[in-house]
Amino acid sequence: MSTPTLRTGEPLVHAVNVSKSFHDNHVLRGIDLDVYPGQVVVLLGPSGSGKTTFIRCINQLETIDGGRIFVDGELMGYADKGGVLHRLKDKEIAAQRRDIGMVFQRFNLFPHKTVLENVMEAPIKVKGENRKVVEERAIALLGRVGLADKPAAYPGQLSGGQQQRVAIARALAMQPKLMLFDEPTSALDPELVGEVLAVMRELAASGMTMIVVTHEMGFAKEVSDHVVFMDGGVVVEEGHPNDVIGNPQHERTKLFLRRVLAEDESG
Amino acid sequence: MTTQTMDRPGEINARPVRHPGRWVAVAIIAIVAAMMISSLVTNPKWDFGYAFQIMQQSSVINGLWMGTILGTVGSMILGVVLGVILAVMRLSDNFVLRGVAFVYTWFFRAMPRYVLLAIMASGVGYLYNKFDIGVPFGQQIAKSLGLSSDLTFFQFNWNDYSSTVWIGILGLGLSEAAYMAEIARAGILSVDKGQAEAAQALGMSPGMTMTRIVLPQAMRVIVPPTGNETIAMVKDTSLFIAANVITELYYQSTLFGSKAFKIMPGFVAATLWYLIVCSILMVGQSYLEKYYGRGFGAPTGKKRKKAEQKIIAAGADH
Ligand SMILES: Nc1ncnc2c1ncn2[C@@H]1O[C@H](COP(=O)(O)OP(=O)(O)O)[C@@H](O)[C@H]1O
Ligand SMILES: [Mg+2]
Repeated sequence: MSTPTLRTGEPLVHAVNVSKSFHDNHVLRGIDLDVYPGQVVVLLGPSGSGKTTFIRCINQLETIDGGRIFVDGELMGYADKGGVLHRLKDKEIAAQRRDIGMVFQRFNLFPHKTVLENVMEAPIKVKGENRKVVEERAIALLGRVGLADKPAAYPGQLSGGQQQRVAIARALAMQPKLMLFDEPTSALDPELVGEVLAVMRELAASGMTMIVVTHEMGFAKEVSDHVVFMDGGVVVEEGHPNDVIGNPQHERTKLFLRRVLAEDESG
Repeated sequence: MTTQTMDRPGEINARPVRHPGRWVAVAIIAIVAAMMISSLVTNPKWDFGYAFQIMQQSSVINGLWMGTILGTVGSMILGVVLGVILAVMRLSDNFVLRGVAFVYTWFFRAMPRYVLLAIMASGVGYLYNKFDIGVPFGQQIAKSLGLSSDLTFFQFNWNDYSSTVWIGILGLGLSEAAYMAEIARAGILSVDKGQAEAAQALGMSPGMTMTRIVLPQAMRVIVPPTGNETIAMVKDTSLFIAANVITELYYQSTLFGSKAFKIMPGFVAATLWYLIVCSILMVGQSYLEKYYGRGFGAPTGKKRKKAEQKIIAAGADH
């Protein structure tokens, strides 16, 4: 086992024994995960293994049935009053989400707003920031994701790759501490994957803490500090990408990697 | 590319399909139209000159503005606001809210507007002459505690408002809310769930998510049927007489016509005003549709079509 590159201070994300069921479908069965500031963690696993559900639990888009999730030391979704948990109000949960950016597989840009309005909406309406300040930041962010020329376009006029880059800029406009990516390139035509991964690489290099669900093995190997392989709602194997991807120990990991790599070669 | 040769088939110069049925239909329509025009110009009882005079009477114009138009605007505002609230209640997790919205919609969709207006005007005033606004059961509580005040802050007399346009607006607005609730619900459901999730992930509260993200997109589906509802409402204000509201276009025009024993010109005056008002509304509706369709290109999404069909089904039983 190699030691992860960055492990300084307290973890930014501290998930302990997280479990979650949809009716009688036990999707997460005791997940532990620590993510340290500046780390890029890649979640791997076959379809249906619970990766999406897990990262949605981190920002409370799903509620968990067991365990605890802390982000920046704060318990997500509940107030701990003398050992008794009280569910937080909707407004309080909304406040907890402000520091966590999320990028979805299907972009989910607001189609009735222009690119610039998409990026500016939340800082102004949620944080109550000054419009001028936000506009400057939004324009800078659009430049950073390579879309400086598209502020007035509507999402429907953009390619999938451009939309996903706007979605990244929109999340960054809230100046989050943590970014969650749920298969950000899976809905893209193959020739558009690279432009989105390039933005994510740049973001990782800038020191952003990221949890990324992806099947892009190149990205995982080159960018991530830590890879977690999940199957059936449990963490099967985790560690440095060179170990987990380069020299997997478990049969299930080997099988999964063989399948993904075969797809990559055929595709 | 090959060059054109003699043995390759050339330009198509086929005979068109004949439609003899169409020509028969055109002939019948032409005859009927000729009969109608002949009646209009030869029967002096039409008296269009008098109809135009009626249209310009101050009592008729006043009825048009203060009854028909004010009544339409007022009851549509009430109907839309209450309808959206009911739609949000129908989609809430709270079963009490869901139940209340369901019962409301059921009752007011089953209730004829004419009967409703009659009840609003006379029935309510018959039951309760005065309304005391204050602490619930305040009078009973005050009596049992022996207080001098009866915990009433404000009192108003229902009969002061019956036979005014406000009763008409209240009656038609309450009824409209039931239909608008179905329209708004279909609109909200037509918005992809990912939209609300993206808004929540950005830290928006449920209320802000609804008003800033979901409802503006739902508008694309809500506006066209709401335009139809508004046009229908213009016509339904002619039911105001059920609530003894006489400041209204139809009543005033026909009153003027019958006073002069010129019944048909009275009807014609009302009809022409309804045609004018509704035509203006139809133009306005098409502008609104364009505005709320921005960012979506041609409005041919599968989702929207489905939602519209639902709405048409919901609205068909007026
Ligand atoms: N909202 C939901 N309701 C019911 N079942 C769900 C829901 N979301 C996910 N699941 C189920 O949870 C399991 C894990 O799904 P998911 O987290 O999406 O896996 P992954 O992202 O690894 O493909 C699947 O069996 C899926 O059917
Ligand atoms: Mg998934």
